Amino acid sequence: MFIKRQNFLRKYIWHFVLIAFVAILPIIIRGGYSYFVSLLVVAGIYVILVLGLNLLLGYAGQISLGHAAFYGIGAYSSAILTTKYGLSPWLGFFAAIAITCALALFIGIPTLRLRGNYLAMATLGIGIIFTKVMIAWDTFTGGPDGIYGIPGLKLGAIAIDTDIKQYYFVWLIAIFIFILSYNIVNSGVGRALKAVNSNETAAEVLGIDAARYKLIIFILSAAFASIAGSLYTHCRLFISPQIFSFMLSVKIVTMVVIGGMGNVWGGLIGALILTSLPEFLTIISEHLGNINTTELEIAIYGLVLVLVMIFAPEGFSGGLTKIASLRKRKRLFQ
Amino acid sequence: MSQILQYILTGVTVGSIYALIALGFTIIYNTTDIINLAQGEFVMLGGIIMASLNRSLNLPLPLLFIISVLIVAFIGVGIERFAIRPVKRGGIVTLIIITIGISIVIKAVSAMLWGKDAIPLPSFSSEKPVRILGASMPSQGLWIIGVTVFIMIIMTFFYRYTRTGKAMRACAINKMAASVVGIDVKRMSFISFAISAAIGAAAGALVTPIYHAGYDRGTMIGLKGFCATILGGLGSVPGGVLGGFIIGILESFGCWISSAYKDVFALAVMVLVLYIRPKGILGK
Repeated sequence: MFIKRQNFLRKYIWHFVLIAFVAILPIIIRGGYSYFVSLLVVAGIYVILVLGLNLLLGYAGQISLGHAAFYGIGAYSSAILTTKYGLSPWLGFFAAIAITCALALFIGIPTLRLRGNYLAMATLGIGIIFTKVMIAWDTFTGGPDGIYGIPGLKLGAIAIDTDIKQYYFVWLIAIFIFILSYNIVNSGVGRALKAVNSNETAAEVLGIDAARYKLIIFILSAAFASIAGSLYTHCRLFISPQIFSFMLSVKIVTMVVIGGMGNVWGGLIGALILTSLPEFLTIISEHLGNINTTELEIAIYGLVLVLVMIFAPEGFSGGLTKIASLRKRKRLFQ
Repeated sequence: MSQILQYILTGVTVGSIYALIALGFTIIYNTTDIINLAQGEFVMLGGIIMASLNRSLNLPLPLLFIISVLIVAFIGVGIERFAIRPVKRGGIVTLIIITIGISIVIKAVSAMLWGKDAIPLPSFSSEKPVRILGASMPSQGLWIIGVTVFIMIIMTFFYRYTRTGKAMRACAINKMAASVVGIDVKRMSFISFAISAAIGAAAGALVTPIYHAGYDRGTMIGLKGFCATILGGLGSVPGGVLGGFIIGILESFGCWISSAYKDVFALAVMVLVLYIRPKGILGK
């Protein structure tokens, strides 16, 4: 009994560290750094988004260049249901998940039959179609101006309105989803997906219903995206279609890849790195006193993307794994 | 009747541009298996470089055209050398992200160099529209269609009768076999980027008098050219061209139905093709 508890602690030590860190962080950052906290709220939302895509892309190996669409569907569903139809935010939250999952089912069935480049392009097309429709269907979605005046979420009597409250709320959900992803990955479903990723035909020969598992994980990742979207809606209280563009889909894929595909911690790391990167670039370019700062930042962002893909495509956690295994090898041969 | 002819004419004009872009995609894909999502930026660069050269220098337009195309071809080669060739590991996702990253950089640098406003370019010949059987079209449209046909003829000749062209076809069929018989696949990759960039730039320069060059014009047009490629069949040169004209005409008639959803038509066609017949019309 005692040993069992020891093993449990050892296995999940980093999880506990993470939870402790997340809990303490805002207390450490005080004073004029409240901008930091709001940045971390955004980072937390991205973490949820990236964890979902990581399961789909990193684990199951299905390329999706249109994931921002599910994020947007969740966000817009929450927004429209609460503003136009007067639903309570929590009801809208779960309704949004249901809507997004239904759409993911509908889209997933034909799309997941494709592989490689073709799958990438189909998801790309769907993602952009979604953005264009959101902009054009202005009677329903508010068009390019978006929707504003969205009510915030309430946890019982506590309204989740300040940065700090939003931070804890979002990260509570993020950690929950993190643990959920971790458990999925280490379960039979996770192993089945890994098999499908390595070689779909071989997996099917072994009796794994690849199409079914791919669809399940596709819908699950869409659900995560929808959760992230609804959280965004109720924290920002305003949404517009430009937010859910192709660029965001690219950003999310990049977060998955930079963090290290197929590694749940990688998803976390990737989201944090890429959310903070623009901030670093802003600080650097302010010091250099540049005029065209936004464009320069974007250019450097693109450059970083290209360089990381050329020199470290296995991502951050992949790199850490390599370093760890190198050290192990060194110790063996000494 | 002349209304329908008008739509067809506009469709063929725009379709020529899509056909050229599709050609660019196909050439790179055939030689390197890469889907170059930065192709649209080559188009944008061709237009914006020619427009800005025209603004500052006082040289005849045909000369500026050739200079712009050469500059962009050079940029294409640079991209191949510094961003594509060094890639040793990583799969499809890596390459896709790299080409997307490249297009991000090109767009941002263009915005820094030329600002965000559109730059005009005068028509290659007169500004007066041309009348054909009751429909009218800007005279630039004749240039677009004419140069497109010209490029098609040259490329066909190149592929069928020149050594390099045949070598590129060999690469498209089987890279390993091609290198076994002594074809330098790396050089073919280099050449294919140069040609694709040049063709893209030509398309951009041709369409700028009508649509004006701007740093963000490349993305959507490149994407639609890609839809044309998929429609015609990824890897098929005549397919890409056919796809371009079909999408051009479809979009033109689509405007008739609803102009708000204009951009959606090409994308919806692509998604449908991928669902129903991913090989496309003439695909292998």
